[in-house]
Amino acid sequence: MIGYVIRRLLLAIPTLLAMLTMVFILVRLVPGDAAVAMLGDRASAQTLQNLRAQLGLDQPIPVQYVRFVTDMLSGDFGRSMTSGRTVLEEVALVLPYTLELALAAMLIGTLLGIPLGVVAAVRRNRWPDYVSRILSLVGLSFPGFVSGILMLLAFAVWLQWLPVMSRASTDPLSHLRSLALPALNLGLIMTAYIARVTRSSMLDVMGEDYIRTARAKGVKPSKLIMRHALGNALIPIVTVVGLYFGTLIGNSVLTEIVFTRPGLGKLILGALQSRDYTLLQGLMVVFATFVILVNTATDLIYALVDPRVSYAQ
Amino acid sequence: MTDFAISQSMPARQSSPVLRALRRNRFAWIGIGLLALIVLVAIFAPVFAPYDPLKQNILHRLSPPSADFWFGTDSYGRDVLSRLLYGARISLSIGFLSVLIAMVVGSALGILAGYIGGVFDQIVMGIVDVMLSFPTLLLGLMVAAMLGASFENLIIAIAITETAPFARVARAPTIAMKRRDFVEAGRSLGYTPLHIMRVHILPNILSDIVVVASLWMASAIRTEASLAFIGLGALPPTATWGGMIREGFDNILSAWWLVVFPSLAILLTVLALNILGDALRDAIDPKTRSQG
Amino acid sequence: MNLISESPMHYSGQKTGFTAPAREPVLSVRNLNTSFRTGDGWKNVVRNISFDIAARETVAIVGESGSGKSVTSLSIMRLLAAESSRIEGQVMLNGRDLLSLREEEMRRVRGNDISMIFQEPMTSLNPIFSVGKQIAEALTVHTDITEAAVKAEAIRLLEKVRIPNAASRFDEYPHQFSGGMRQRVMIAMALASRPKVLIADEPTTALDVTIQGQILDLIKTLQDEEGMAVLFITHDMGVVAEVADRTIVMYRGDAVEAGKTEDIFHRGQHPYTRALLSAVPKLGSMGGRDLPLRFPTVDMTTGQQVALAEVYDTVARTKRPILEVKDLTTRFHIRSGAFGRKTGAVHAVENVSFELFEGETLSIVGESGCGKSTAGRSVTRLITPTGGKVTVDGQDVMKLSQSALRAMRRSIQMIFQDPYASLNPRMSIGAAIMEPFLQHRLGTKSEARDKAAMLLEKVGLSADMMARFPHEFSGGQRQRIAIARALMLDPKVIVADEAVSALDVSIKAQVCNLLLDLQQSLNLAFLFISHDMAVVERVSHRVAVMYLGEIVEIGPRAAVFDNPQHEYTRKLMAAVPVPDPARRRVKRNMVVDELKSPVRPVGYQPAVRQYREVSPGHLYRVD
Repeated sequence: MIGYVIRRLLLAIPTLLAMLTMVFILVRLVPGDAAVAMLGDRASAQTLQNLRAQLGLDQPIPVQYVRFVTDMLSGDFGRSMTSGRTVLEEVALVLPYTLELALAAMLIGTLLGIPLGVVAAVRRNRWPDYVSRILSLVGLSFPGFVSGILMLLAFAVWLQWLPVMSRASTDPLSHLRSLALPALNLGLIMTAYIARVTRSSMLDVMGEDYIRTARAKGVKPSKLIMRHALGNALIPIVTVVGLYFGTLIGNSVLTEIVFTRPGLGKLILGALQSRDYTLLQGLMVVFATFVILVNTATDLIYALVDPRVSYAQ
Repeated sequence: MTDFAISQSMPARQSSPVLRALRRNRFAWIGIGLLALIVLVAIFAPVFAPYDPLKQNILHRLSPPSADFWFGTDSYGRDVLSRLLYGARISLSIGFLSVLIAMVVGSALGILAGYIGGVFDQIVMGIVDVMLSFPTLLLGLMVAAMLGASFENLIIAIAITETAPFARVARAPTIAMKRRDFVEAGRSLGYTPLHIMRVHILPNILSDIVVVASLWMASAIRTEASLAFIGLGALPPTATWGGMIREGFDNILSAWWLVVFPSLAILLTVLALNILGDALRDAIDPKTRSQG
Repeated sequence: MNLISESPMHYSGQKTGFTAPAREPVLSVRNLNTSFRTGDGWKNVVRNISFDIAARETVAIVGESGSGKSVTSLSIMRLLAAESSRIEGQVMLNGRDLLSLREEEMRRVRGNDISMIFQEPMTSLNPIFSVGKQIAEALTVHTDITEAAVKAEAIRLLEKVRIPNAASRFDEYPHQFSGGMRQRVMIAMALASRPKVLIADEPTTALDVTIQGQILDLIKTLQDEEGMAVLFITHDMGVVAEVADRTIVMYRGDAVEAGKTEDIFHRGQHPYTRALLSAVPKLGSMGGRDLPLRFPTVDMTTGQQVALAEVYDTVARTKRPILEVKDLTTRFHIRSGAFGRKTGAVHAVENVSFELFEGETLSIVGESGCGKSTAGRSVTRLITPTGGKVTVDGQDVMKLSQSALRAMRRSIQMIFQDPYASLNPRMSIGAAIMEPFLQHRLGTKSEARDKAAMLLEKVGLSADMMARFPHEFSGGQRQRIAIARALMLDPKVIVADEAVSALDVSIKAQVCNLLLDLQQSLNLAFLFISHDMAVVERVSHRVAVMYLGEIVEIGPRAAVFDNPQHEYTRKLMAAVPVPDPARRRVKRNMVVDELKSPVRPVGYQPAVRQYREVSPGHLYRVD
């Protein structure tokens, strides 16, 4: 088991390196170079030259690459061109908001999605199944900002139940109220996703031989579904939910923009608008590192749930 | 297991079981019908559109839906319905072309990696894993931001985000096929690897790829709309659905029609593709095929 | 023999009627009918099945795939999906009709009064619960029992099914058990509540023959100890003869004949029963003959045996062997640990040497994991061997370039086990048969078509089937198509890897006869890889027995079967069920063991082996 954990953690290292390489290549894809992109076509040759020197763009590519990778690996993700703060500082400022949103969404998604998927699988091809399938298809079809806008219109503008803008607040109740809509928006999309995965995973498991064995033993239906079937179905669900994390981050960026909520989304938008490429590059690395870590954690959880994994290798 | 599924020689040729299952699935027809409608609208936008989508009319700024302007007008007085119809062209073509590129490149990589295996497989799949570790939207956002927003660059940006999933999707069944006896038989019969991949593997995994293509086209349209909403869409004044929402968002409190109609357009298109993909998947999976 | 559907005729080998056991029945089935919902309405798959079983009695239902035997057992347990199946008739258990019970009442019957074990031990246990927990669950489902008592009882059950070190294995998970051991766990679970009836649905089909022998012994012993009634579902006539007091023969949903097992075997009336019995390979039925022998066939309408065509000697012993294998070795590395270090190797094939002459059939027999399939694939270089030399028709196979290798494949061809997997489902069979000819550019398309048509006729199909697709054919027909495709390149050697193992007995006999016919007319050499001793005895000229990657005995078939020298060969032959009811209830008293694994640590040096020659060409390994 410990061997497996170490092995899995070591496996994340080449992935991280490859990711850094890809970010490096992506940034060099910019037409002209980053300096031109940041300052615009009309900047003077001298300003461009200064910026290039500042960014290290005047060095040969291999030197740039080695510097980039060592910087990133030592935790130096660069400095925002506009605010002057380091990327990590910028991220640290807004990360709590995004994390809060993502976790709330995960919670809603899991609590609603798994029961919905189980019911759909158990009542397969009857009305609960149809309702749950249609709902999750609709839920999956919403881009995060579209559902956000429609919710905003419905609950905040027309019904006026909840605030339009969500702001940080010290009052826990108003804090929750401002979290409610964005979290619900992300959470419902996630519910749709988890319900679908749960349904198909449950259907796969329900067809397995060991479920028939349990029925032949006379196991009660409730125990059959919750222990024997769901216990096994959870394994793929965990994996898929882990993989969904990237999409969740993407959707939360859109949600934060719609609800004018502070967070990584606003940070990215700001960097885009001010053409702050060092910040963008740093953010990309931070995001991807995050996703890689979550995927690694998912695999480790997987090993905990499934007794077969740690022995397989 | 029950052992009654025996196939004694059946009566002559039958239509493929996939097609039959699809034909029985009423749900699939909703998706196909809706999609056909949207495609027709996009093709014949100039015929259906009541006004020029770019023509500004200061006199009719922000008019709510009426008999003259069914879906209202925007802050420049442009007809929302006409802009929606033209916007369908952008959304569908970016979605279709990006998925086509991703599908061809990704599937080829996946089949090669799965069939050749070994170190080549490890390298390709390593790259694919890294690509997958970038959230789709963020990767698209970065690429679009780096390359500069334009129709072609959007297609490239979205295609890049979706190549990795196709490689994944093509690789798994290729490996399964490789273990199937008819591929082993092909090797023992002395066929070339290219022939085996082209004739014996590709046709058998094509259905898996097509299902994923329809689902990823839905995703591509979502991504395109999201990028446009962030401001990385095809350049204004071209009408795109995401861009229309972006422009309308400023006036959301006073002119709801500016965001609601393009939102519904995106939702219906994505939904139609998702329904179709879902129905195709059910039709292909023998486990679900028997049930209508 | 053409098994076309006909109006079912019931034959009874017993004068008193086939439903009556000697004592009061525990389980009594009357007019059981089961239908499945299909695209075009209800399809009746089990029709009017009636039988009784008394305590301590074993009734076997025997039949080929599609006969409805497994559906019958699942119908009794009411384990079929309720929405898509309909069960009618009566299933009386101690005076209660199970079919009229509510689902909740039926649940209390399952695992309590009637228990069941299944075919696939590898998938029938829940992978995420320990073995002990799963047995404990079987104990607690139907009875109130204290926590401490549960564990003690579960361990007692594990001991009862002869699992070594039962107490220490209580907390282990199913994936840590071998197939045979898992089937023992299944049996322990089934016995937990001391059921009155045990239904065993093909319990040994997925197991190796030596393990099968142990499990059959175990079921017999436990039946003696517990006094339960056993309903045994199987396709294997040898198993039937060993376990069953009475037998029901099913064919396409009907019970065509039922009676005492001896009567069925010696005085079977129904043509299908006779056809089935005549097709069953019987170990030791060659009677001193040196050459292979065709399987007898029975006319399905009259039930009369058809005379066997003579088999001539085709072996060209004076020529250079068409296939020479010298010291063939194939190993697969195992990596594990944090850094994926090599921690060992599967020594799948170790120093295997043999020769195969033109017109000869050499069989390689052994149990799963013995390396026989790897050996076959290594010879054709589908797997690259670690070492050794293979010469086909004078060419050194190991030294060929990729393109030369493809050309060499014209000389040596393979036929695979699974007829459903060996044809591309999207290619018409005509195209599939013509493809090798065209890929090797041996001629024009019309030449390919003519040759394919000729070969289809040769393998007993018709040339006008070329436009059809694989799903339109039965398993046996597909195997014929695969053979025709292999013949398209005029090979000299055919490696048949378990080529008849997945087929029903009657079809198996036909395909074996076809292979013999082809050898007679084309002088083919076969490397026949099989686990089935009885089939091997019938079709081969020479036999090699493999165990843990090595050949332990090789020689002329008659010599090896009549005078086995190596201990493992003897054990293998003793384990084969004999289709003779007179030997029923004779236990083998085999030691409980598991198949050994050919996994070795890094740096393992295989022992240098000595072989002793008993008679000309008959060698065995000296251990």
